[in-house]
Amino acid sequence: MSGDVGLPISHRQRLWLYALGGLVLLFLIAPSVIIVIMSFSDSTLLQFPPQQWSLRWYEAYFQSLEWRDATIVSVKVAVMTVLVATPLGTAAAYAINRGTLRFNGTINGLLTASLIIPVILIGIGTFFLYARIGLNNTLTGLVIAHTVQALPLVVLTVLSGLRSYDMNQERVARSLGAGRIAAFWQVTMPQIRFSIVSGGLFAFITSFDEVVVSLFISGGETTTLTRRMFNALRDQIDPTIAAISTCLIVLSILLLSVAQVFGRRH
Amino acid sequence: MSAQSALLNETAGRAGQDLNTQALRADARRESLRLLALLSPSLFLVFAIIIVPIGWLFWLSLFDEAGALSASNYARFFEQASYIKTFITTFKVAFIVTGACVLLGYPLAYMLSQLPRRAASICLILVILPFWTSVLVRTYAWLVILQRKGLINSWLIDLGVISQPLSLANNLSGVVIGMTHILLPFLVLPLYASMKTIDTDCLRAGMSLGAGPVATFRQIFFPLSLPGLASGVVIVFVLCLGFFVTPALMGGGKVIMWAMRMEQTTSLYSNWGAGAALGVVLLVVTLALLGLFQWLLGARATGVWSSR
Repeated sequence: MSGDVGLPISHRQRLWLYALGGLVLLFLIAPSVIIVIMSFSDSTLLQFPPQQWSLRWYEAYFQSLEWRDATIVSVKVAVMTVLVATPLGTAAAYAINRGTLRFNGTINGLLTASLIIPVILIGIGTFFLYARIGLNNTLTGLVIAHTVQALPLVVLTVLSGLRSYDMNQERVARSLGAGRIAAFWQVTMPQIRFSIVSGGLFAFITSFDEVVVSLFISGGETTTLTRRMFNALRDQIDPTIAAISTCLIVLSILLLSVAQVFGRRH
Repeated sequence: MSAQSALLNETAGRAGQDLNTQALRADARRESLRLLALLSPSLFLVFAIIIVPIGWLFWLSLFDEAGALSASNYARFFEQASYIKTFITTFKVAFIVTGACVLLGYPLAYMLSQLPRRAASICLILVILPFWTSVLVRTYAWLVILQRKGLINSWLIDLGVISQPLSLANNLSGVVIGMTHILLPFLVLPLYASMKTIDTDCLRAGMSLGAGPVATFRQIFFPLSLPGLASGVVIVFVLCLGFFVTPALMGGGKVIMWAMRMEQTTSLYSNWGAGAALGVVLLVVTLALLGLFQWLLGARATGVWSSR
């Protein structure tokens, strides 16, 4: 099911469809493009197209201690989330893929639960729990909460990699005398490593862009970038946020392209 | 050879087999334990961070402020006008946004499914990119575009279409536009995936039997795309019910949705019982809708996320 559909309807007959679809695509992509362009404006009143170009909002971003600290917190948390969620999710995906456990469906459902449960409920619940065990406003708390939210994506991505991999190869390696870990590391890992890397990248974006849970459980010295942005947006529309948004958009494009390249090679 | 020795042989064989089965069973048990060990850290985290707190909140919602077991936290939903208004607003927004997503998303998914492969994958990137862009960034973009002195208003005034700025943000229309933009990919991606599995031979057969393009679409393609559309609709609707960021920033305090109400009751008024009760109802409605959908179609409503 790829390539031309080959129905006797010409592209010319479909022009209206392309026009309509094009407009919807424009609706999807235009806001990001506008923000990127506006972020280079010299004016405090966000104008489009900008009358004069400047990098002043980027300077404002990089020179502000508050924004810089928040960015550092977000990067730290995202990196640690990747380091925790990727191995845990990969191990879980490996176990689920074997499919021999009795409650496989339930386990799968539990691990992907955070995708279905409304985030606001997870945020309030986590805040409530953390208040009792003293994890609010800590990096550890943020990493744990983000890990739980990133896990399903890692599990699903690695699972899709494992589904196209023939587990018999690992069995062969083991029957030839390789230990379990050696067999996984030398035979299975290299073949699913692209899925693992993609899973890790998704975990990074999930953590970096996460707002709702961080709103509840981060604060003070552990205020994440998104939390600070949210609070700033509640007060006024600060053009510095256009510069930050552009950086975030570029980061997403970068990570997605890396994931895409890895996906294709896989 | 006597019958005795044959019997002896058989017993020995059976004993060997028993030993073998035992060893295999023990091995399978050990294997299960190992797999459980691999799963346990993830399961523990999900259990500790999601299941336990939500269960705790559920427990809290059953007690009133004096600490006595009561249904007062739930009863107030029917008694207080502000709660009723919140629910009406939430469902109104969810219906409008879902409708808008269908109106915009169906043609887009249809176009993607009809385009040649390369063009389709380029267009698909334009759908996936916003999908992965922070919700905050996109909400901010819409604030900038729709506010009183924003892009649309200044353009319209410059063009002389209007003399007074339209109020597009800080009200219901701002919330709807922002949420539609954010949730649209959640409808397009599963719909597109299901449209790609429609067998073109069916369409070709229809056309060869004399159906025109419109009849082929209406009688063959559209019905076959309905399960995909339904799964997209359910996901968008469910996500609408619990949406927080966009209504909080674009509603201007006038559009109070379910999730905002939960945030207010818990952090502003520290009324955990009431907030928890709101959360329980939201969770139940969400799970009921997903369950109903799964029951009706036998499809996995969560399938879309694997396409992320």
